[in-house]
Amino acid sequence: MAKLTMTVNGRTLSADAEGRTLLSDFLRGGLGLTGTHVGCDTSQCGACVVHVDGQAVKSCSMLAHEAAGSTITTIEGMANADGSLSTLQQAFQDHHGLQCGFCTPGMVMSAAALLAENPKPTEAEVRHHLEGNICRCTGYHNIVKAVLAASGQDVSGVGIAAE
Amino acid sequence: MYAFDFVKPGTLAEASEALSHDGALPLAGGQTLIAAMKQRLNAPEKLVSLTGIPELKGVCAGDGGVTIGAATTHAAVAAQAAAYYPALAALAGQIGDPAVRNRGTIGGSLANNDPAACYPSAVLASGATIVTNTREIAADDFFQGMFTTALHDGEIITSVKFPVPQKAAYAKFQQPASRFALTGVFVAKFADGVRVAVTGASESGVFRWTEAEAALTANFSAAALDGLSVPADGMIGDLHGTPEYRAHLVKVMTKRAVVAAG
Ligand SMILES: Cc1cc2nc3c(=O)[nH]c(=O)nc-3n(C[C@H](O)[C@H](O)[C@H](O)COP(=O)(O)OP(=O)(O)OC[C@H]3O[C@@H](n4cnc5c(N)ncnc54)[C@H](O)[C@@H]3O)c2cc1C
Ligand code: FES
Ligand code: FES
Repeated sequence: MAKLTMTVNGRTLSADAEGRTLLSDFLRGGLGLTGTHVGCDTSQCGACVVHVDGQAVKSCSMLAHEAAGSTITTIEGMANADGSLSTLQQAFQDHHGLQCGFCTPGMVMSAAALLAENPKPTEAEVRHHLEGNICRCTGYHNIVKAVLAASGQDVSGVGIAAE
Repeated sequence: MYAFDFVKPGTLAEASEALSHDGALPLAGGQTLIAAMKQRLNAPEKLVSLTGIPELKGVCAGDGGVTIGAATTHAAVAAQAAAYYPALAALAGQIGDPAVRNRGTIGGSLANNDPAACYPSAVLASGATIVTNTREIAADDFFQGMFTTALHDGEIITSVKFPVPQKAAYAKFQQPASRFALTGVFVAKFADGVRVAVTGASESGVFRWTEAEAALTANFSAAALDGLSVPADGMIGDLHGTPEYRAHLVKVMTKRAVVAAG
């Protein structure tokens, strides 16, 4: 066990962690931030995506100690300061971008990383960027729509086939 | 996952020392190793992180080539190698998904030598040199069959030196669930000949398709491959494709790579 310190959603936090503790387990078990989900054991589903120093990573596939001293943002850090949903989160609600919600934290974190580097992505770019995030419920169209809407684009033509 | 000690040295010398002990293994992006450890397919006593060593990171061009530090992520190669070796940067940008590309590294991919990994095809087709903490290994000697390389225990890849071809392209037929290559072909045209390396297809891992190299050296066009075929013997057969299907894909993807290289 060794003490581990990182800045999570703006707060500097410390807890003990074994060498083998995954970042996802540290966030969920160590810090009680259970918004980050774990959906697989094979690094494939993307439900666990968080930002480490601004980059989207799968927290299930990174050791907590690798993130020592880093700045982490999880889904709990995505709302506005007054607690209301951010534009991207609100767009997921408005466009029915979630059903069971299990994939949603990872979807929001991946989409936020995309919009940070590409504020007006095309539909194809959104779909390509979300390749590592699996959703078993929505069929993806409404997720794509939500991300495009959050970027301020017209979404009337997206995913018509699904509706 | 079994317990292990974790160390994160700041220099290559410290990492070499830490890895000189039995039971120690390097950890780069962890995009393969951590999943393998979760399944207890791998249980090192000590993990030595290579991600905190500045001298193992970065892309630099010079002497008609480009050198990439072993711990450089796929995302960094996609962004930083684009100006020097566009086909290589494009390959890096097609690996997995964005989160995998933000952690996974070229050194980890080569050391792992997954038969469906993308980088081995670029390294072999470019005739690149793998530099380690003790020696230099030519690509033709490095890959020794599925998940097997010329690396010794504890040896660390430090960088990869790529000669930059006149024309090159990578054509990948993606396995849609894993996003690895069901078959991928890297074609590189140099002044003194063409090299063609195929990943994803063979039970012996990445290989050079020498008949195609001869045909393309004589005439660099997709039509030059018309008369050739690849035997299905020794090709991978699984639920995603039969050996015959993969053998067919080798030719199709080689043609696409030649067309893309222009
Ligand atoms: C969902 C998903 C999709 C993927 N899709 C693709 C794809 O399309 N194409 C593709 O090519 N790959 C793909 N990968 C694999 C990915 O590219 C990995 O990043 C890569 O194979 C391993 O690199 P790493 O840095 O993560 O290495 P690690 O997982 O950290 O290590 C892998 C192995 O290499 C050893 N090692 C690491 N660095 C060194 C070094 N410098 N010297 C000596 N030994 C070293 C380790 O000890 C370990 O045995 C995918 C992975 C995932 C999870
Ligand atoms: S939990 Fe599935 S990718 Fe991390
Ligand atoms: S909303 Fe259920 S998995 Fe995506």
